[in-house]
Amino acid sequence: MIRRILHFLPAVLLALALLGAWELYVDLGTVSSIVLPAPHEVAAEAWNNAGLLGANLELTAQEVGLGVLLALILGFVLGVLIHLSPLLRRAVYPLAVGSQAVPVALIGVLHVFWWGFGVLPKLFVIVLICFFPVVVTTVDGLSSVDPDQLKLLRTLGASRWQALRFGELPAAVPAALSGARIALAVGVIGAYIAETSTATSGPYAGLGHQINADINALQTPRAYAAAVVLFVFAIACFYTLAMAERVLAPWAQKPRGEVH
Amino acid sequence: MQTQEKSRERQAPRASGAGEGVRLEDVSHAYRDRRGTKVQALAGVSLRAPRGSVLAVVGPSGCGKTTLLELICKLQEPDVGAVVSEPAVLMPQRDLLLPWLSAVDNAALALRIGGDARGRARTRGAALFAELGLAGFEQARPHELSGGMRQRVAFVRTLLSGKPVLCLDEPFGALDAITRQEMQEWLTGALVREPRTVVLVTHDVEEAIVLADRVAVVSPRPGRVVAELTVDLPRPRTRTNPSVVALREQALHTLQLGAR
Repeated sequence: MIRRILHFLPAVLLALALLGAWELYVDLGTVSSIVLPAPHEVAAEAWNNAGLLGANLELTAQEVGLGVLLALILGFVLGVLIHLSPLLRRAVYPLAVGSQAVPVALIGVLHVFWWGFGVLPKLFVIVLICFFPVVVTTVDGLSSVDPDQLKLLRTLGASRWQALRFGELPAAVPAALSGARIALAVGVIGAYIAETSTATSGPYAGLGHQINADINALQTPRAYAAAVVLFVFAIACFYTLAMAERVLAPWAQKPRGEVH
Repeated sequence: MQTQEKSRERQAPRASGAGEGVRLEDVSHAYRDRRGTKVQALAGVSLRAPRGSVLAVVGPSGCGKTTLLELICKLQEPDVGAVVSEPAVLMPQRDLLLPWLSAVDNAALALRIGGDARGRARTRGAALFAELGLAGFEQARPHELSGGMRQRVAFVRTLLSGKPVLCLDEPFGALDAITRQEMQEWLTGALVREPRTVVLVTHDVEEAIVLADRVAVVSPRPGRVVAELTVDLPRPRTRTNPSVVALREQALHTLQLGAR
């Protein structure tokens, strides 16, 4: 337990130091709290709006969770197809790279036109942003298998599918999970982009939407409170996945079991 | 001998039109190396390994020994001559155990590939583990095993491929002297319990004489059989046995003549 605490101590100290500097900067300086609210204001605002923040977080978390999951599936499947077929590699890879340059706001409107104001257009945006790192790491992971190991599987009578099933797919899991970590980290900002580039109906529209609305309404402290919630949420996601990796790919863990 | 008969009934090698054991008739083979230069690996090699016997092929590095095994396992076709063999399986020099599978799952890989369900494959693998003195190591991950243990698991995996001919490519080449000797004793015992036709490639003359019924001495590239010895000594053999020592001297002498 003490080791656990010691493990996270540097991060906590650094965060406290940054918060202290921020607080001092605002208290001593001439910045208005509309431009930059002090940490204690943000904390108070978070406390007073816990219900609203919670409801919006729930929505954003759903978007991130579903979106990243879909991105993982799409990215992994595309990675496997690209690995198996040189033709598909030539056909799909350039387009997948290009898709990362598409300005999301441009197509956000189109997706509302197609799918309305629900969660679907937002999922599409998140998937678009998140699938690419998974494709790249999966393709690398699949081709990282020792060629002698594949030869061995062949001498034991394995078909192409069985070589994939017993050799390449398990070998690609650690790499794909690294891609998943990137996807998850990007997925949170992806949700923000998705919420601000597509329209929403309903009382709650997610933390990203709330941040934009609050900034426009000069409720900067509440926008900051929402951003802090996103911040903590992203960290929690990252470490949850790191723990999942221990279960899904125990052979790829470092001997001391250090999280990354 | 009785154990041999019993085991053979239990695991009768599949009948094959290829006749008994392994036969090479005047085989020559060349391959292209990475630079594209043609390398004559074997030149006019004729060898026989009757069913249930152990043939050791001894020679310096680069005498085409690996090519020989790949020809027997039908991984390559000879340029000239005929390779007649019952179905053969290759045990490569490196153990190539899959890090994401337990020891018993690695050993039972061929059974899974052959269509057995995981549970059935595991049970059959565990039975052979018990028979060959590996009980208790079923659930170990490859990285937890010593080099000798890993080779044993790799050998069980080769046995469970169900093929009547085993091609062992310097199976103990990477082990230290003491482990190597233990492994030779273990392999002798294992072959009494699970008799197979074995073609063993090694650069260790002593190992060849301790393990084989017949030893073929092969010259450096292009590989030719320069001498054949029959080892008609009772098993288990020790390397200090005077007859083993005498045969070793004889084989080494031939090897030096061939190298000139």
